[in-house]
Amino acid sequence: MSARAAGGRALHAVPESTTDKLTIAQAVRDAMAGEMERDERVLVLGEDVGVDGGVFRATEGLIERFGPQRVIDTPLAESSIIGMSIGLAATGFRPIAEIQFMGFVYPAVNQLFAHAARLRNRTRGNLSVPMVVRMPYGGGIHPPEHHSESYEAMFLNTPGIKVVVPSNPYDAKGLLTAAIRDPDPVLFMEPKRIYRAFREPVPRDGYTVPIGKAAIAREGEDVSLIAWGAMVRVCLDAAEVLTRSDVAAEVVDLRSLNPLDRETVLASVAKTGRAVVVHEAPRTAGFGAEIAAQIGEHALLQLEAPVRRVAGFDTVFPLARSEQYYLPSRERVIDAVQRVLSY
Amino acid sequence: MPRTRVYEAVTERLEILDVEGRVDQALMPALDAEALRGLYRDMVLMRNFDDKALKLQRQGRMGTWPPIKGQEAVQAGVARAMGEHDWLIPAFREHGVMALRGVPLHLIYAYWAGDERGSCYPEGVRCFPVAVPVGSQWQHGAGVGLSLKLSGEDAVAVTFGGDGSTSEGDFHEALNCAAVFGVKAVFVIQNNQWAISVPLHQQTATATLAQKAHAYGMPGIQVDGNDVLAVYVATREAIQRARRGDGPTLIEAVTYRLGDHTTADDASRYRPEGEVEAWEGRDPIQRLRRHLEGAGLWDESQEAVLQEEAHAWVESQVKAFEEMAPQEPEAIFSSMYAELPPHLVEQMNELLAEVRS
Ligand SMILES: Cc1ncc(C[n+]2csc(CCOP(=O)(O)OP(=O)(O)O)c2C)c(N)n1
Ligand SMILES: [Mg+2]
Repeated sequence: MSARAAGGRALHAVPESTTDKLTIAQAVRDAMAGEMERDERVLVLGEDVGVDGGVFRATEGLIERFGPQRVIDTPLAESSIIGMSIGLAATGFRPIAEIQFMGFVYPAVNQLFAHAARLRNRTRGNLSVPMVVRMPYGGGIHPPEHHSESYEAMFLNTPGIKVVVPSNPYDAKGLLTAAIRDPDPVLFMEPKRIYRAFREPVPRDGYTVPIGKAAIAREGEDVSLIAWGAMVRVCLDAAEVLTRSDVAAEVVDLRSLNPLDRETVLASVAKTGRAVVVHEAPRTAGFGAEIAAQIGEHALLQLEAPVRRVAGFDTVFPLARSEQYYLPSRERVIDAVQRVLSY
Repeated sequence: MPRTRVYEAVTERLEILDVEGRVDQALMPALDAEALRGLYRDMVLMRNFDDKALKLQRQGRMGTWPPIKGQEAVQAGVARAMGEHDWLIPAFREHGVMALRGVPLHLIYAYWAGDERGSCYPEGVRCFPVAVPVGSQWQHGAGVGLSLKLSGEDAVAVTFGGDGSTSEGDFHEALNCAAVFGVKAVFVIQNNQWAISVPLHQQTATATLAQKAHAYGMPGIQVDGNDVLAVYVATREAIQRARRGDGPTLIEAVTYRLGDHTTADDASRYRPEGEVEAWEGRDPIQRLRRHLEGAGLWDESQEAVLQEEAHAWVESQVKAFEEMAPQEPEAIFSSMYAELPPHLVEQMNELLAEVRS
């Protein structure tokens, strides 16, 4: 169970001596190291994950500790990374596959959609795919093309794959540990923009944050900001600024997109009567649309205003010099909040 | 006789110019002094503009840059072997050959600085934009080669990719289709020994990359990629073959990435000690210079003039790049479709209202 009570920041219960102050990238590595220690079926494979320690250093030190049989530098072939992971997972291993950037997942999509998501159902439970696919996603680091994408919607419209996204180091370790222990394929999206943005105390021992449970990252009564990954930080910033105008925004960190913790979302909306969903991915057919639909279906009469979305535009993610025009910003969130408040 | 040999193949390697600058006269192409000096000049210009990009990056004036240092001979040799109307389909480490094929350097800089206009080349420049998804461009090269075959146009598609890209499914599918359709194409692998931190022997179990051509049913040849003359000769032969309608060829140019993978990488984390130094001894530029000097075709004063020229050109291109006015915010919308659909007009207006408020 989580050391953090349903969404609260109850970490303080953990004695100081048993925690380390880690970044998200370090917490990710910590989770993998812990599970590799605990379960010898756990393997790590991907491009540059071994000797180089991963282009974001998320696998740093693992090859030294667990050897090249368990930390595998693969050829440059995403379809093989995922396709072979399916073969490994279906026959007893617990692969953690890394796709270097979410923008490069396309060659592997056939394997993910056609097989990883379907093998259990296809065989009526006879074969399964207990695999984790880690992918850094999202914008904000001014990289070359294809290094900034957020493709969660595509995976959320593919039944059979769980999708989780941490927004802080504590959840990163707990969710990844849960994902590794999960009997089904889990897509683990890592917000690369905040990989190293801040540190938090993370328990040294293994623990899980349950997949399928949202967290209340900040409590408030006036409006619910619903987000995941790096956008949680943007919402927290916006909520802070909004206090100056006496607006108490609640920030719901979904953490898990599939399964979605509808209960927590609806409870928050029941309290505030207003909701703004914030995501980096393009607006049209983004996951914000699904959340707005669910709120509409289950809580229409509790709403004081229509649900608003703050999202990426329906364009290609721009190159570095135009990135600032694309990404949802604190100001855009504040503007949306003002609109739902004055509706 | 139940067991017979159904297929046997040999893969050749071509070398003409050695490290000391000596040439194999029997294999020497018919290039006059001007052409030889031209190849040298091409490589010196590349080294200069690559170096400048790294400096700009360190000063915060450039985005992530993939250096081409050490790979100049492949790019100059191929560019000089191409005909005026041939198409170039690059991956992302081909700034040298792109510049030689007419892509203005200031646009190359703009692209890597994060400005989409850097991929909008002047009319008549037959070059695809940079392809970042590794291996994807091999397929476009096969398609352009098919297009040229179907249209009967007297031109060939020359596609580039790295050693790492040969592991992607796209590489195998593209070369297979290219051979099946007998397209007018040449495929050039810049085998620089590394795909970020992964060395060639972890990328493939074959002795060469060139031999993979046999499996698709096209000729494959390995060349010393730091020998600009070998690259030139092999590419010219392959282009002539494609032009004649005899089908595609795979060329593996064995070279070395002297720099980091990109400015975001630190190659000292994964490369064995001494390897870079060993390859510096095989520098493609020095090699041709030794040859030219030995043949009395080059001297210090010519070198000084060339360095001066290179410097002035690069500076003028930096200036042109830095003088480009920033893109307007609406630029992120305006090229999405031939005609902007209503929901994008709406979103664009939202953005403009925000930017102007
Ligand atoms: C499909 C895909 N996967 C991963 C990447 C990240 N990446 C960029 S370059 C590169 C290595 C490419 O190696 P190689 O093909 O040898 O070309 P080189 O960089 O050596 O020129 C990788 C893994 C990418 N751009 N595209
Ligand atoms: Mg390479």
